[in-house]
Amino acid sequence: MAALSSAERAEIDAEIAILPDARSASIEALKTVQRHRRWIDDDALGAVAEYLDLSKHELEAIASFYNLLFRKPVGRHVVLVCDSVSCWILGNEAVKQALEDSLGAAFGEVTRDDRFTALPMQCLGACDRGPALMIDEDLHGPVQPADVSELLRRYP
Amino acid sequence: MATIWIDGVSYEADPSRNLLAVILELGFDLPYFCWHPALGSIGACRQCAITQFRGEDDHQGQVVMACMTPAAEGARVSIDHASAATLRKSVIEWLMVSHPHDCPVCDEGGECHLQDMTVMAGHTYRRSRLPKRTYISQDLGPLIGHEMNRCIQCYRCVRFYREYAGGHDLQAMGTRDRIYFGRYQDGPLESEFAGNLVEICPTGVFTDKTQARHYTRKWDLQTAPSICTHCGVGCNINPGERYGALRRVRARYHGAVNGYFLCDRGRYGYEFESSDRRIRVPLAPRGEQNQAEELSVQAAVTRVAKILTSSRRVIGVGSPRATIESNYALQRLVGADGFFHAACAEEHRSSLAALDALREGPSRSPALREIERCDAVVVLGEDLTQSAPMMALAIRQAALAIPRSVAERQGIPPWHDAAIRESVQSARGPVFLLSPAPTKLDDLATRVYRKTPRAIAAAGQAIARALDPQVPALAGDEMDRAGIEEIARALTVAERPLVVAGSGTASEAVINAAANLAWATSAAREDDRAAELAYALPWANSAGLSLLGGAPLDEALAAAERGEVDAAIILESDLDRIAGPGPAERFLGQVRHAVVLDHIAHPTAARADVVLPAATFAEGHGHLVNSEGRAQRQMAVFSPDEPIRESWRWLREAMMLAGYDEADSWTGAEAIAEAAARDHPALARLPDAQLSADFRLGGAKVARAPHRYSGRAAAKLHLNVLEPTPPRDNDSPLEFSMEGSPVLPPGKIETTFWAPGWSSPQALTRFQEEIDGPLRGGDPGVRLIEPAGEPFAYRDVALSAPSPELAPTPVVAAFGSEELSALAPGIAALAPRAFLELNPRDAASLGLADDDVVSVRARGASARLSVRLEPGRAQGTAGIPLGLEDIPVALSFAGELITGS
Repeated sequence: MAALSSAERAEIDAEIAILPDARSASIEALKTVQRHRRWIDDDALGAVAEYLDLSKHELEAIASFYNLLFRKPVGRHVVLVCDSVSCWILGNEAVKQALEDSLGAAFGEVTRDDRFTALPMQCLGACDRGPALMIDEDLHGPVQPADVSELLRRYP
Repeated sequence: MATIWIDGVSYEADPSRNLLAVILELGFDLPYFCWHPALGSIGACRQCAITQFRGEDDHQGQVVMACMTPAAEGARVSIDHASAATLRKSVIEWLMVSHPHDCPVCDEGGECHLQDMTVMAGHTYRRSRLPKRTYISQDLGPLIGHEMNRCIQCYRCVRFYREYAGGHDLQAMGTRDRIYFGRYQDGPLESEFAGNLVEICPTGVFTDKTQARHYTRKWDLQTAPSICTHCGVGCNINPGERYGALRRVRARYHGAVNGYFLCDRGRYGYEFESSDRRIRVPLAPRGEQNQAEELSVQAAVTRVAKILTSSRRVIGVGSPRATIESNYALQRLVGADGFFHAACAEEHRSSLAALDALREGPSRSPALREIERCDAVVVLGEDLTQSAPMMALAIRQAALAIPRSVAERQGIPPWHDAAIRESVQSARGPVFLLSPAPTKLDDLATRVYRKTPRAIAAAGQAIARALDPQVPALAGDEMDRAGIEEIARALTVAERPLVVAGSGTASEAVINAAANLAWATSAAREDDRAAELAYALPWANSAGLSLLGGAPLDEALAAAERGEVDAAIILESDLDRIAGPGPAERFLGQVRHAVVLDHIAHPTAARADVVLPAATFAEGHGHLVNSEGRAQRQMAVFSPDEPIRESWRWLREAMMLAGYDEADSWTGAEAIAEAAARDHPALARLPDAQLSADFRLGGAKVARAPHRYSGRAAAKLHLNVLEPTPPRDNDSPLEFSMEGSPVLPPGKIETTFWAPGWSSPQALTRFQEEIDGPLRGGDPGVRLIEPAGEPFAYRDVALSAPSPELAPTPVVAAFGSEELSALAPGIAALAPRAFLELNPRDAASLGLADDDVVSVRARGASARLSVRLEPGRAQGTAGIPLGLEDIPVALSFAGELITGS
């Protein structure tokens, strides 16, 4: 599904409408495609570039800059584990280990059931709740290693 | 001027400059990476840290970046202060954490800014034991090597490529400590200026792939000041030679012409010099039983002399790619009436009209760096990125002139690139482009008009008439009133308006309309000044040849047809390439004898009686006149193997034998240049273009090779155990040696551009009078043409009759349209295949589709071309590539489509 869907185009058009030019919408356009497709494959990147009249080189420079724009496959739910110094002091290494154990997949990988991808994130801005992690749009913390598998169960 | 203190000593400084520029200009060493005089300051690399004090009593100070700090009155700074020196040392240590230290196998080694700066900042020991981050490098095409592991993230590559040169396919990918400068995927870099990355990159990320095939370190190269021979712009170059062959070409700074840069045709075209097609000995191609026969020098010269004495009427075909000297010698040999140009009538007329316009009118032809400062530009017809790439690069800077001045009025200093870009955003222009097909400058244009060459001339005249009602009206201006008025107004209100045209539209009318447009601005402007007028002429010496005078090739062919020619001397030209194989063969059959002087074998040479091996630009001395009207001297980079010599020396030897006494006086390169200057008032200042051969420094000449040049004694050991005496050079102040004056020579004859601590191209700041200014002691070259001023008469713009036929329109290709550079393998790989480009509607009305093959004919030449549809092409034009193999030039200028069969 390389070409942009009409829903994607409509959302991108809505962004372009409130910006000075089409190229200014490139981040929102990539986010739109990611919302619809989970991640941005090469064809999708090409389709967005063409739609915004940018070169693929220019759009890739933007896509590769932002670590929440995914250029590799991710699972249905993305787990972002805060990797900053506060969470590290509060013991996030054990949480990360517990997460990898529960998922049976390393950071950056997709679980075999296509459900999860865990990614380290610097930083979630939730030092008061460290060690913190985010699953999709939900912030969790403080998280104990023992809590991890129960937490994951809430995201089928 | 402001007074500033550096480490307690006071200096005068220009307050409009930044401290890094001032410090370098004063001769101090201060390391830096992201700053470049052409790119300005962004303060990204943190390497040029200095300490600035609040006053005389402040001893602690604060660290600032020299490149981001103005040289303001009373500024007190220290380079040596511990806090700045320590920071510089840690910055370089941190930048070097992942650098591979592969200098011995890196092509940059020995002229690497990173090496220099590492030493200068005092980082002499690697403490980091961390693993180095590594990358997979990309294949960027046949010209440029890529080794991302060496990168120190200074961003100079993308700043040059994207912002200065307008490229889109080199980007900074990723973030944090994983920045990658590259393309979306492997593939040739698309910009015609990509080769400058080799010199812009402070280390070995981008390297010269052609040099890598016959690699030589900088200190083992012999160099001399030279001029690019691959278009009419006349960029200055430093070719490097070893073992009798060119190894590379680097930009040679010229404060008025090309500045720091070159286009890729100019940088990589040099490999024609070692092409298989080089002619290295005199030949009789049609010897015994039509077998090619090698001749001794004596035999060859005798044969030519015999042709001269036994023929009733000898004509000469001069060459727009040969020097003034060689063309002059030929013109003297055959007489003014017998001297023709190796150029089609259209190209010939365009060049002559351009030269006349520059001499007769009030408009001055700007040098490239003056073009950069023009603030309103109208281009009539020419696809500059392809025909005169460096002129296009200058116009790209001109497009920023107004937006930059707006930023400067807001108080942003001109060197503060980061702030200027922030202020400028996407503002450009005004730049107006009128062209038959899309060009790579379209992205910066205020407005683009697609028109036939005829309509472009008419539009130019109509705008001129809007500026000055004295301009004669033409029937058939197909441009809307609002458009005409917009351009007229832009030319009226600008500080330095510029009109550009060239021979790429094959239309003398466009050349003349451009002159009228530039001249007419004087009537509308309050200051009565005419706009500047720049022409892009196709060949390195198109202007010089036009100043000598002569008729187009077509007239030589006609004279032969009438049986009026007994012998033809053909200088550095392939007539097959210009007129087509049919007409060329016919011509050579009609003249009883033909002599060809050239560097490369071609079908015309194969049909000659005698072929003489002519020196290339790198092997001989001579002058060229560029499109601006600037005479520039090429100095021999190396002495070629016998019997290769400059064409004029061959002609002189034959003339002396045949009793042309005047040739006796051409005892050397300077003697013949002086003779040309005496005979042609327009060339009177030719000898002033460079220092003369008797110039000495401390009694010695200047060495072509650095004092570290190695292995001279061994270079020819396989031939003779005795080291040969280096060849003598009686024609210039240079020596074919590493031995020469120990005194630093004037910039115009500097060969090595090396200073203690500065081995890379960045050493240049040590050779400029001021940063970005002329070379120390003045830039070389001399302008031959200055405007005549008032009164003037508008030029006659003669439009061809409207015709239902498609107008043949040359499509110039930066890679491919110039015959010498097209022989370089890297350039050849990027050259387009032959095609016929049509607007889809024109194609449809002719019943043609993509890839259909069509015959094109003109003046006895023909080719079969496959159709390529281009919706952006003006209706009514047929784009025919210029100068490609198998497409005679005559077809691109005058080709007629044969359809319907």
